Amino acid sequence: MKPAPFSYTKPRTLKEAVTLLAKHKDDARLLAGGQSLIATLNMRLSAPDLLIDINGIKGLDGIAKKGRFIEIGALARHSQVERSELVAKHAPLIALAMPHIGHAAIRNRGTFGGSIAFADPAAELPACLLALGGEIEIAGPKGKRKVKADAFFKGLFETALRPQEVLTAVRVPAADKNTRVGFAELARRHGDYAIVGLAACARADGKGLADVRLAFFGVGATPMRAKKAEAALASGNIEAAVAALDLEPHDDVQATAATKKHLAGVLLRRVAKQLMGARS
Amino acid sequence: MSERSLDISLTVNGDPVAERVEARKTLVDFLREDLGLTGSHVGCEHGVCGACTVRVNDEIVRGCLMLAVQCDGAKVETIEGLSDSGEVADLQAAFEQRNALQCGYCTPGMIAAAQELLLQAKKSRSVPSRDEIREHLSGNYCRCTGYHAIVDAVEAVAQARAGGNT
Repeated sequence: MKPAPFSYTKPRTLKEAVTLLAKHKDDARLLAGGQSLIATLNMRLSAPDLLIDINGIKGLDGIAKKGRFIEIGALARHSQVERSELVAKHAPLIALAMPHIGHAAIRNRGTFGGSIAFADPAAELPACLLALGGEIEIAGPKGKRKVKADAFFKGLFETALRPQEVLTAVRVPAADKNTRVGFAELARRHGDYAIVGLAACARADGKGLADVRLAFFGVGATPMRAKKAEAALASGNIEAAVAALDLEPHDDVQATAATKKHLAGVLLRRVAKQLMGARS
Repeated sequence: MSERSLDISLTVNGDPVAERVEARKTLVDFLREDLGLTGSHVGCEHGVCGACTVRVNDEIVRGCLMLAVQCDGAKVETIEGLSDSGEVADLQAAFEQRNALQCGYCTPGMIAAAQELLLQAKKSRSVPSRDEIREHLSGNYCRCTGYHAIVDAVEAVAQARAGGNT
């Protein structure tokens, strides 16, 4: 299949991009890394009149430590984040997740912001953001605003982004010596979307854990917190946490709901051990 | 200004190219149909199979997930260029010696992906393990060989380039 005809434009400023979006509304799509969008164009699942290529906008691809946060620009490529020493040091959960995203050629093009904005329910980064309690920076016709990860992922491929807005950056709290993170996923082929995955963050509290945040992906329309399991894990009982897993996955092309639920427990045991081990 | 067709200029395998292309044309279709470089293959057209893997600005990309218009000003290299320059001659020889191809459809993409891994290894002065080779080639489907011979070939070249005896 080939894409239906569309027009193409490459704005040089964020303001220009926002203005174009406001003018063309639903007839336009933003093109960042294109690793999901161009596939849907090729299959004609999407047929916009206009592609607004934001790759020419300067200043959206930085990775920086800003106070207590690590900020990752929307246009930072996955391969750039994967190699970043700042991310490895201050956002170890994201560093753990990066090698699982797509394949080498995909990571060279795909962007951090694109993955968050697309919000595939089986993708790694939305779950990481939810586990870390990150926030999303958005630019629109009325200026900039911030949305917490907890309020950003609203439904299947649905986010708090409004049609005229552009995701510009993501911020996550920088890890400190008490931060514990864990990540695991099961996929049929390395780099494919997960059957089930788990991104987790906690704080070491004496010999136990506090502020446990478990974000599962591939088990619902959005990344899902498993709050009962979080509470059980904070009390130190892994098997109780597995028994308390409050997830209700549906069957999909990859696995049945029962299989997914079982695998979620398998991952929770693995990740719990990572959380309880010393930070490497 | 937004247009359905745009003028682009880029280099392909070192040669300057200036063409007018439809905005909707993917890079791999541009290479094959407009430039006659049919070494890059079209498989799934949604980024899964890796048959269209080419190098843009020194990084491998999916030729089906990038538009030709996005390559304005870029340096594009295909299997024809990698082959003619001799850059991947040892990989090609190893693939042949070890029967790492049968129909050959995936081979240009495999070679491009393997070469990126080997260049990274050279930079970090390391020799990739079989697991690392499998991981780097995980985005390239082969439906003939079962991969084993491909991993063998890439491993042999990795060791030979590092000065080993294989």
